[in-house]
Amino acid sequence: MKRLLVLALWLLALPAQAALEVFATGPEWAALAKEIGGERVNAWSATHGLQDVHRIEARPSLIARARRADLVIATGAELEVGWLPVVLRESGNAAIQPGKTGYFEAAAHVRMLDVPKTVDRIHGDVHAAGNPHFVADARVYLKIGEALASRLSTLDAANAGAYQAGYRAFAGKWRAALARWEAQAKPLRGVPVAVQHDAFVYLEDWLGLKRVATLEPKPGVEPGAAYLQEVLARLAAQPARMVLRPAYQHDASSRWIAERSKLPVVTLPLTVGGTAEAKDLYTLFDDTLARLLAALNP
Amino acid sequence: MRHIALASVAAALALPAAASDADLKALREEIAQMKKTYESRIESLEKRLVGAESAADKAGEQARAAQSAAAAAPARGTAAAGGFNPEVSLILQGQYRRMKEVPERSITGYWPAGGHDHGGDERGFTLDHSELVVSANVNPYFRGLLNVALKGGEAEVEEAYFQTLGLGKGFTLKGGRFLSGIGYINEQHPHAWDFADAPLMMKALFGEHYGQDGLQLKWVAPTDLFMEFGAEIGRGAGFPGTDRNKNSAGASALFAHVGGDVGRSHAWRAGLSWLTTRAREREAHFEDTDAAGPNEVEGLFTGRSRTVVADFVWKWAPDGNPKQRNLKLQAEVFRRTEHGNLDCASDVVTSPCVGGLGLGNLRSAQTGGYTQAVWQFMPRWRVGYRYDWLNAGSKRYDPATVFVALDPANAYFTSYRPKRHSLMADWSQDEFSRLRLQFARDKSMQGVTDNQVTLQYIMSLGAHGAHKF
Repeated sequence: MKRLLVLALWLLALPAQAALEVFATGPEWAALAKEIGGERVNAWSATHGLQDVHRIEARPSLIARARRADLVIATGAELEVGWLPVVLRESGNAAIQPGKTGYFEAAAHVRMLDVPKTVDRIHGDVHAAGNPHFVADARVYLKIGEALASRLSTLDAANAGAYQAGYRAFAGKWRAALARWEAQAKPLRGVPVAVQHDAFVYLEDWLGLKRVATLEPKPGVEPGAAYLQEVLARLAAQPARMVLRPAYQHDASSRWIAERSKLPVVTLPLTVGGTAEAKDLYTLFDDTLARLLAALNP
Repeated sequence: MRHIALASVAAALALPAAASDADLKALREEIAQMKKTYESRIESLEKRLVGAESAADKAGEQARAAQSAAAAAPARGTAAAGGFNPEVSLILQGQYRRMKEVPERSITGYWPAGGHDHGGDERGFTLDHSELVVSANVNPYFRGLLNVALKGGEAEVEEAYFQTLGLGKGFTLKGGRFLSGIGYINEQHPHAWDFADAPLMMKALFGEHYGQDGLQLKWVAPTDLFMEFGAEIGRGAGFPGTDRNKNSAGASALFAHVGGDVGRSHAWRAGLSWLTTRAREREAHFEDTDAAGPNEVEGLFTGRSRTVVADFVWKWAPDGNPKQRNLKLQAEVFRRTEHGNLDCASDVVTSPCVGGLGLGNLRSAQTGGYTQAVWQFMPRWRVGYRYDWLNAGSKRYDPATVFVALDPANAYFTSYRPKRHSLMADWSQDEFSRLRLQFARDKSMQGVTDNQVTLQYIMSLGAHGAHKF
């Protein structure tokens, strides 16, 4: 009886504390929404840190989640092109369709790199909007966060003040963290690296790492043994200090190179949950830097 | 560089010869020395130039690869694929097929669906349908899609529909020509199949797939468990119905799908669907009982046809990443019941069917299905096995009436159970290209065991084309 009463009270209390339902395509967006919205958002990520967001399927569970979402936060730049359009269409949820207030695309608030002059699949899986892996640059979270706060304010006007305050608090902490990370990263400036996939263009741009080799012959194309031999030869002529690998990717090619070149492989989280240490946005970059610096000074 | 050096040497030589022999000798030595050093310098400069050129090439390559942030034009705006540019994709398919020569292939015991068919009956090298798909948002409220299949000078509109985007509350309305939402594989175009041909069940039920010219209303429930309910009404011109030229709907369908995840690595979907339609004078070839020798006559069915389909799909991908390895299990079963009248017609004067003859009531109930497993055991490579079976089911008619006109040996009246085993292996460089080899042991026709070999290619050009689960 008592339990029933509690349940009834809880049900009655539901509309009062109805949080904004946020459908994030990656854990970093769910984390950012939480940073800004706190208890006012109920953020859920469609993928976890070890999933390749570009290669997942439009599973029924995602459609069910999208059906109830008030806001979709996507990376954009065609990263989710293989599944998100289907999920959104099939959900029957008018509020979250592209172009609506309930659809937020982070790429619109980022200065994109690697924008191809021509989009031809002869160059592999290239994206017309540019390289979509911009979350590796911690600086992008400020602009995206600001835009997200104003979007949340539009969606939930009653709590607009709280979202703005939430963003200001986040931005303050984030700027301090950025200064700390950038100071830590000084020894990384100009350090030559090899990368398994072009997922670190923005990280290189931010920290001044110098990419001397990519293990994929074309973006998204798995290298064969012959190509890896070529990379190995190139690395002999132009040595790198480490091989960077996104945590979500299979490590076959970077392991192959590491065994032969004796270079350390650095597995970087890229998003919350990519490594055990990357528990939130702050520890994500703490861990990223710790891993890079550890490879530099073993 | 060399010119300047020579010119200066010449200038030095041209100096007034006021000096002594010794001086002259010293001067000559000095000049020879200068010449030597200049030449070696020039040589080293040339070497450096070549080095710089190749370095510049490399730098250029790197610069192109990692376009600097400053040079990159900021690409703005949401929904790169939508906007005002339609998504266009073109699918090229063709195959080589080795199989027995059988005139008028049809599944024993089943009313031939005829009509719509994506080939599969031709031997040797053939070009399959080339699919051209164009889709775009019409405005914030509607989206449109056109899928045209081109083959041998014919363009067939496979799908041409609009779909609402702004209905909300989980509702989506589709109108036009579309593949019905019944079952699982029915909504997939041939390029999305895991085998080179359609399951026997689909061939027997619909010829290949069931398309509607009409309306579909779908609703997704606001629950954690995926639940989707749909209803369709349409013209009903496709097999098992016929075009009946009337004002009301010729076919209607209902379907329900549920689905979800089990942990990080498993996902599933199950469905139940129901289709009802009517046929008027639906044709099939029969042999009659003419004493002067059998004639090919028209068997005509007029009546109601109902189909129930249950479908189930289970997908496994370690940690939700299907790129390296994944497994897909898929099964569908059906039960079709038909109730109506059988007639026959012929122009041959000696045929008992001449001018048309009523053969009384025909009632049938048939079942069957397929089950398949496709395993991607390493990147790019998949293998699959499919088992198809059909049951002859029960057919109730008055033999005394029917066999006066039609030969009891007609395939339709036998109780044969068609079966087929298929094995396939395919290789995909990426999601845009696929090559497939398939072996099938086809026993869908009584008395024929057809060992088929198919080599197939599927190439997708253009838009990424997200597929449904």
